[in-house]
Amino acid sequence: MSTARTLATLRGSIERLEQGAAHDLNKIALGHAAADSVLHGGLACAAVHEVFAEGHQSAAATGFIAGLAGRVSPRRPLVWVRQDFSEIESGALSMGGLCELGLNPRLLVTVRAPDTDAALRTAADALACDALGAVVLEVWGQARQLDLVASRKLTLAAAASGVTALLLRVAAEPRPSTAETRWIVRAAHSPPSAPWSAWGVPVFDAQLVRNRHGPVGRWIMEWNCDECLFSEPSAYPQPLAATPAHRPHQAQAFAGQRRAS
Amino acid sequence: MLPLPPAGEGWGRGAVAGDTLEMTQTFLSVVVAKQHNAILIHSLDEAAVQAGLSIGLPLANARAICPELTVFDADEVADRKTLEDIADWCDRFTPLVALDPPYGLFLDITGCAHLFGGERALLQIVSSALSRRGFAVSAAIASTSICARTLTRQTSGKIIAEGEEAEAVSPLPVSALGAGDAITAGLRRAGLKTIGDVASRGRHEITARFGAPFTTLLQQALGQGDAPISPRKPPPDYIVEKRFPEPVATDTVIAMNLSALAGMLVTAMDKQGKGARRLEASFFRTDGAVRTIPVDTGRPVTKAEAIDRLFRERLDALNDPLDPGFGFDLIRLSASRTEIVVQQQRDLDANVHDNDELSALIDRIAARIGGKRVVVHLPEDTHIPERAVLSVPAQHHLAVAAQAAWPERIESEPPLRPLRLFEKPEPIKVPFATVPDGPPHQFTWRRVTHAVVRVEGPERIAMEWWKPNGDGPTRDYFRIEDEAGLRFWIFRDGLYESEPADAEGEPASIRWFVHGLFA
Repeated sequence: MSTARTLATLRGSIERLEQGAAHDLNKIALGHAAADSVLHGGLACAAVHEVFAEGHQSAAATGFIAGLAGRVSPRRPLVWVRQDFSEIESGALSMGGLCELGLNPRLLVTVRAPDTDAALRTAADALACDALGAVVLEVWGQARQLDLVASRKLTLAAAASGVTALLLRVAAEPRPSTAETRWIVRAAHSPPSAPWSAWGVPVFDAQLVRNRHGPVGRWIMEWNCDECLFSEPSAYPQPLAATPAHRPHQAQAFAGQRRAS
Repeated sequence: MLPLPPAGEGWGRGAVAGDTLEMTQTFLSVVVAKQHNAILIHSLDEAAVQAGLSIGLPLANARAICPELTVFDADEVADRKTLEDIADWCDRFTPLVALDPPYGLFLDITGCAHLFGGERALLQIVSSALSRRGFAVSAAIASTSICARTLTRQTSGKIIAEGEEAEAVSPLPVSALGAGDAITAGLRRAGLKTIGDVASRGRHEITARFGAPFTTLLQQALGQGDAPISPRKPPPDYIVEKRFPEPVATDTVIAMNLSALAGMLVTAMDKQGKGARRLEASFFRTDGAVRTIPVDTGRPVTKAEAIDRLFRERLDALNDPLDPGFGFDLIRLSASRTEIVVQQQRDLDANVHDNDELSALIDRIAARIGGKRVVVHLPEDTHIPERAVLSVPAQHHLAVAAQAAWPERIESEPPLRPLRLFEKPEPIKVPFATVPDGPPHQFTWRRVTHAVVRVEGPERIAMEWWKPNGDGPTRDYFRIEDEAGLRFWIFRDGLYESEPADAEGEPASIRWFVHGLFA
């Protein structure tokens, strides 16, 4: 195991020790320190996570969700359910590209569902199978079928089997759901350098807009293809996260804590 | 379709040969077909025969004989379809049913007759059931299929014991052999009227005059050697079935019976340590229609619940649901492909358990949405990006895909291949490229203009000219990042000033495509 990955795992375990037993241990550190601390140690397994993206940002969102899947289940099979339409709209998942991201195409089983109903049903079926590591459900557009009830079903199935459900929603508006976290992902431009120099690893502008057990935030994340892990980009000006309306600003919250102690 | 020649079921114990044609109540009807630029009678009914018409008579002559003739056009496709439907129906008697076009069927009833109360009773059941549906039936049972067929040409309902074929066939006219017009006419001219006459001649004489195939046919008709029939479907390895005196039509009863059958099938397979790879459920409707629903599995199935569940998924997802009509009187479950099951230690080895679970899941999904929609990926030995990956059904290739040798990525290199690849590269508009061989400064894709900020390339990929149809323009691929951070994989089709040329040899306009999107 490489140093960075060990470090991320250790950070996660320290985080968990610090948090105490209040949070379940079934969390996988993403590797991005700030995001992991907001998520109390990392992404929760056996839950539903949603990733939203605009239509033209589908590749970035795909990269992000492939990264999440890679983090959650590096060794167990991954079922990727998608509609026929999304292949026409944003291209098929390329195995070469998956290899280049450091993920393992041998573990991938792709299901091409003819429509949203079939995709949803297949995903629910797959989530009930505890031999899998994660299930990615890719739905294009505002799917009427993917309502609160459907989302609740997925959550229950995921919790029962311990499989993580990752929903890739391209060209859709967030709607109420029982997801553990919800992300909006965009492509971030490469770190400033000379225009003739090669661009590097994938960089995401990931905005956490919903977190059931903590605050939200927005970070620039880099996918480290060698270590299979997210990280802070080197020499990249971090954007200032917008203060979420419904939660106290982080600095204020900390100030409050300090006063209380 | 009209009778005459009456058709029979050729049966052997052997076969039953039978010709079946629909009878109509219409007075004097004929079916005509165009042969050699003349409209000739193709088949006709009993009344027309009595009026003096015969097969092969031109329609004009027939009209002259009987002006009040009802004429139908021959439809060979529909005839064939009807024959196949009857063959489907005959599946209930034996799994070995062969077609003998245009009107006949062979049923190999070896070991099946006792299930229906003996040969006589079976012959009776088949003939009467088909007659009730309006077909003219002529059926016979004999030890060889050809002998049975020869008998049906003349009389119906004969059952010939083994060894008595020659005796039974000898008095029949040579036309009953069905050897073709030329041979039949030749035999008549030679004064050989019955099969017995022909058989009495030396074999070498007959062979010299009419050819070896005819001699073989003759011998088979006489019971000296059997012609193998070619059944429509290979016989399944295991069959279990349930007959209903009172037809069943409700979904719950059908599902209940199907799961009971699944239990019986598993018990039967279990004795020999087999598991099913392909299962077929056949539903025989009272009106003769048969619906067969196949289900494939990735691994040999040995559990009744698994079989039951697969069929429930499949029946749920049928595009045209099972139509019981007036009910099914026979439901059959057969395992048409089976494999020996290797017993593995399950409790200790988590991997075995996981693999079993995964293949069971794949089978279920495949049963519902189709096996071709659940795929795993195998690398192909080519550098053409769109052909680099082969998607194959997961049911059959799961183990191979888990061992596939994918090219290793180069450490500490950014991704060289896009994460999403378009099956068909999408054309983009490039207003100009400053350097002839260089990348564009901006391009329009899907009506949005992207300004190029970063470029890497070109990566030149030549087509596989050494393969048939593999030739094409060389592509120069560029990895491009636009001002928003979106990353594209675009290429120029053809090299400047060399490859793309129109008919006059002038350089054709350059086309650009976007082929993929990077994360």
